[in-house]
Amino acid sequence: MLMEYLKVFLVGGVICSIGQILIDRTKLTPARIMVVFVLMGAILTAFGLYKPLVEFGGAGATVPISGFGYTLVAGVIEEIDKIGFLGIFSGGVKATASGIAAAIVFGYFAALVAKPKLK
Amino acid sequence: MKIGKQTIKLENTPKIIETCSVVGPRETEGPLNIYFDIHIDDIFYGEKTFEKAESKMLKTCVDNLLSKASTDKEHIDYIFAGDLLNQCIASGYCIRDLNIPFFGLYGACSTFCESMILASLFVNSNYASKAVAATSSHFCSAERQFRMPLEHGNQKTPTAQVTVTAAGSALIMSKDTNKKAPHITYVTPGKIIDMGITDMTNMGAAMAPAVFDTVTTHLQDTGRSPDYYDAIVTGDLGILGSEIVCDLCKDYGVDISKVHKDCGVLIFDKDKQDTHCGGSGCGCCASVFSGYFFELLKTNKINKVLLVATGALMSTVATQQGESIPSIAHAIAIENEV
Amino acid sequence: MDFEKLSMTNEDYINYVQQKSKKSPIFKNLALAFLVGGLFCILGQALTDIFEYFNYEKKVASTIATIILVFLGAFLTSINVYSKLGKYAGAGSIVPITGFSNSIVATAIEYKSEGYILGLGANMFKVAGPVIVYGITSSVVIGFFYWLIKLFI
Repeated sequence: MLMEYLKVFLVGGVICSIGQILIDRTKLTPARIMVVFVLMGAILTAFGLYKPLVEFGGAGATVPISGFGYTLVAGVIEEIDKIGFLGIFSGGVKATASGIAAAIVFGYFAALVAKPKLK
Repeated sequence: MKIGKQTIKLENTPKIIETCSVVGPRETEGPLNIYFDIHIDDIFYGEKTFEKAESKMLKTCVDNLLSKASTDKEHIDYIFAGDLLNQCIASGYCIRDLNIPFFGLYGACSTFCESMILASLFVNSNYASKAVAATSSHFCSAERQFRMPLEHGNQKTPTAQVTVTAAGSALIMSKDTNKKAPHITYVTPGKIIDMGITDMTNMGAAMAPAVFDTVTTHLQDTGRSPDYYDAIVTGDLGILGSEIVCDLCKDYGVDISKVHKDCGVLIFDKDKQDTHCGGSGCGCCASVFSGYFFELLKTNKINKVLLVATGALMSTVATQQGESIPSIAHAIAIENEV
Repeated sequence: MDFEKLSMTNEDYINYVQQKSKKSPIFKNLALAFLVGGLFCILGQALTDIFEYFNYEKKVASTIATIILVFLGAFLTSINVYSKLGKYAGAGSIVPITGFSNSIVATAIEYKSEGYILGLGANMFKVAGPVIVYGITSSVVIGFFYWLIKLFI
């Protein structure tokens, strides 16, 4: 149990640290960092490299935004296996639908009540 | 009268009769606190949006300037004002209610000197007997215009500067006015200098060469040495930019490090306030000059100041298109005796 | 350029500035990013395990955990906490899914002043939008090749 959580911490921590190196060394803006991670997640999944990471690190690999790329590609592949060609288009959004909907709805309501403050 | 390469000598030496400064909460916590006229502790200043707050802040600043100088707005001939927002709306909406002929200026953070230069030239040539120069900036409205949303959790690099929430204004009148006040003797409008810096989080480095160019040209044109001035005050170079400009001048054979001061460095306490390289924005130079340096001039603690406001003339659109940061610095010599 | 006074080319100046600029404290930043990012992941894992314990299927449990994390990011943003966290944690608060949620809420709050439709509604995805654009596009491209390869095997 403890070992499992240590693995989660390690994988998640390392992924975030890669992001930090990108911020400090390349001056990439946060929006670009997120795009880089999603693309990396998608590409690594395509080559079958991200799945082992998820099996090893669990949430450590799915909670970072690269996990979004993984879920998208894994969803597309699963759906193609199930229904064929149409799965290319429907699989990704289907697999991530709840996350996106949650982000939109929570985002909307949070914005309704909140007020910006001086940092 | 134009002298040298780009300096103008003001024969009629207009006076800066009065100034006013308004600052926000972060600046109130800073070391210059007691020098400012009005302190605002609500970042919204009772308004619904930051843009409106900035406009109201500038309005308060101009209103208070006029009452300090016991003048009516009807007697002001022209007002020269600007800010950082698109289409200078903070100034536009502020002056809408004032009923004074208005010149809207954009020189990024150099706007305060730009407006002072034009106001003093109008007074010098008798086109105006009373002219006002005013500028403002607001941390939150600038942040949303140039950077990320306020509530976005991101890190600032150590070279970054913090936009100052402040407004400053000055009333300029002819020297015949019966009131002891500092005079404007020379003005040196700057050229645009761009050394290819593209990093929007390192404005000090982008603007330092412009300051170097304007200051050395001013000294050459007037035949003065840096020691002539009690202080050479730059607008918002910050800690890094200040070091760079002193270095550049030294390499050129002019040592300004003994008299150099920077408003962006002075306005915050960098150790306590986590403000990285210091303050920036049109309000920075405007409030620090109007509050701190004008007070020093009035009380004869210093007598000769060269005020050099610096501006980075980029926009987010230009930066996203890969452009570097063109910079400008305008200098204005202010002296007690002429 | 007419800048004969400074005996430096643009490249010289940029190099000089780079040398002179204070570098980000990378080890401190890395440690904080590792810690905060790792903790968000542990929270995600704990939530998944809890729902699995209550007999939810693994995939469903992990989806519920994601939704809760998205909610947490939105909530912390709305009470002005996430921006403070981000100042210290850097990538540790940008890379996890909570950061995705933060970027949506932060922009939405900011643009609320321009109205609910063209302000809040239109700008909500100003920062997070590219993630969805590139995520979905890349997954469709990858899916297309997978489908193509599958035809021949």
